[in-house]
Amino acid sequence: MSDRAKVMTLIILLISFFCYTLFLYKENYSSNAEYGSIADKGKRLWQEKNCNSCHQIYGLGGYLGPDLTNVYSQRSEVYIKAFLQAGTNVMPNFHLTEEQMNEIMAYFKSIDSSGYATPAKLKTNYDGTIER
Amino acid sequence: MMEQLKDKKPISHFFIMTGLLLLFSTLAFGVVGAFQYVFPGLFRNSFSFEKIRPLHVSSAVFWILITACGAVIYYLGAVKNGVWSVKLAKWQWLLFTIAVIAILVSYIMGIFGGREYWEFHPIFAIPIVIAWILFLINVIKSVKIFRKQPVYVWMWLTGTIFFLFTYLESYLWLIPYFRSNIVHDMTIQWKSYGSMVGCWNMLIYGSSIYLMDKISGSEKYSYSGISFALYFLGLFNLMFNWGHHIYTLPAPKYIQYISYSVSMTELLLLGRIIYYWKSSVNTARKHYHILSYRFLLAADLWIFLTLILAIAMSIPAINIYTHGTHITVAHTMGATIGINTFLLLAFVCNIFNIHQPTTEKRITTGLYITLIALPIFWFSLIIAGVLKSNWQMHHSNEIPFSVMMYSLHNYFVVFLISGILLAIGFFIIVGNLLATFFNNQPTKNNITNA
Ligand code: HEM
Repeated sequence: MSDRAKVMTLIILLISFFCYTLFLYKENYSSNAEYGSIADKGKRLWQEKNCNSCHQIYGLGGYLGPDLTNVYSQRSEVYIKAFLQAGTNVMPNFHLTEEQMNEIMAYFKSIDSSGYATPAKLKTNYDGTIER
Repeated sequence: MMEQLKDKKPISHFFIMTGLLLLFSTLAFGVVGAFQYVFPGLFRNSFSFEKIRPLHVSSAVFWILITACGAVIYYLGAVKNGVWSVKLAKWQWLLFTIAVIAILVSYIMGIFGGREYWEFHPIFAIPIVIAWILFLINVIKSVKIFRKQPVYVWMWLTGTIFFLFTYLESYLWLIPYFRSNIVHDMTIQWKSYGSMVGCWNMLIYGSSIYLMDKISGSEKYSYSGISFALYFLGLFNLMFNWGHHIYTLPAPKYIQYISYSVSMTELLLLGRIIYYWKSSVNTARKHYHILSYRFLLAADLWIFLTLILAIAMSIPAINIYTHGTHITVAHTMGATIGINTFLLLAFVCNIFNIHQPTTEKRITTGLYITLIALPIFWFSLIIAGVLKSNWQMHHSNEIPFSVMMYSLHNYFVVFLISGILLAIGFFIIVGNLLATFFNNQPTKNNITNA
């Protein structure tokens, strides 16, 4: 392989990569946790307490606790708050204030509205792809 | 501190020493994490899992990154008669070391940025980015002429440049536009992470090709068409295959199609490994770099196992069964231990030029222990993952999560015991390598200032 061929291959790959990248950045998703909103504050709190080290969103995160993508529609607010207030025998009590619990709840509501994370509900095709 | 480094051991050895200490903390926190799996609630109020996991995972990531940088600096120095600036490398090391210590302390204090793998506060990204820019300058300036370079130099260059891009990309969430929709946010997050792993693999695989050349005494492969074809295949995958992390997200379908088809090209890599397995062993065997050779061989086996699992997981219809289960953990740890750690240890043994019979014997014993423990560790996670997958697909409505986790208890016990054994094997290796660093002067086995 000549140096010229190598450089050409590299350039083609780089151009495709950056076009794909820009396309993905621009991809228009409707905002479900607008900057400054309660849901956005909840997201920051979720990160600051590192909830993701035990819980998952869309199956990504740690594995010690359950996936919480759709917890908002699966459980009542009272139920979720009771967990947050008391902790469990594995999860510590993070001593969240009422306001912080509301922020987390708004975040749960926003991620819940983005779609479902139950793999059993996905349809598989013969070519190996999946569909919602 | 900078003065102390002067005229003593080469700077690459300090990168490696820091890396080895981080491997030590990876193992220690990993064992604590595994205890927490078996005894739920252990240290719940002082050192709960949300601290232990980042301590373990960040130590692992920095063990890999810092040692890979040390190996590149050392080997680049050997190829180019010294790196461009040792001073720059010293600053890079110092920045990395300070940042990593601060990050681990911040975890203990409960301060987080909360993004997976890089769970530290974003402020610590600043010294890391500066250190990486210094590394980038050093690599580019050391290479100097870009014509007729072997494939590993291409790999070091692309790995270094792309890492900077993907690392910065992983912080786009700080801009409100990028985090205001969870699906978009996670898409960009995993786009950057997927490519980032490809970048450090470029640094590590590049170094292993250099080392194989050295062991076999022939540079033919590094300049061959096949090596460049595989390099471009790797780069193509680095750029486009990351979508397999997010198949189950409600993201646009084309991400799935692109990633699925690109990931399948990795079958070519698998084919090549099987085809060249025997010949690579024979070439390497001729020469006397026994420790490095053994680690390379161990990595070869794990590349094979990991690739089979990775390719299977890249098929969306299979991925919905493995995603979110311990099969993913098995894959991640299989790759970071079986491939990255073994390859890095091969470099360390070569760079420290270990030939002292007792040390050699002890390190070999450590390696054998890890080779026995790792498959058990890996399978226990896979079995736990299969059972969780069964629950996730069929029983999550009627059986609560905690009951399902309890039913996996026995597999977690096997995971813990094999994990302790694995850690013991690595402790023996790390202990002996660190003793070599601190006791004698590791000899420079190449003409290098680095
Ligand atoms: C060289 C050694 C090791 C490396 C490089 C390593 C690397 C990793 C990585 C990258 C993860 C994240 C996995 C994921 O998110 O999918 C992880 C998770 C984990 N590792 Fe390790 N690991 C090592 C050894 C160990 C050992 C010896 C143990 C236990 C005895 C252990 C226990 C764990 C646990 C409990 C988790 C968390 C799983 C979860 O999220 O629930 N690791 N490790």
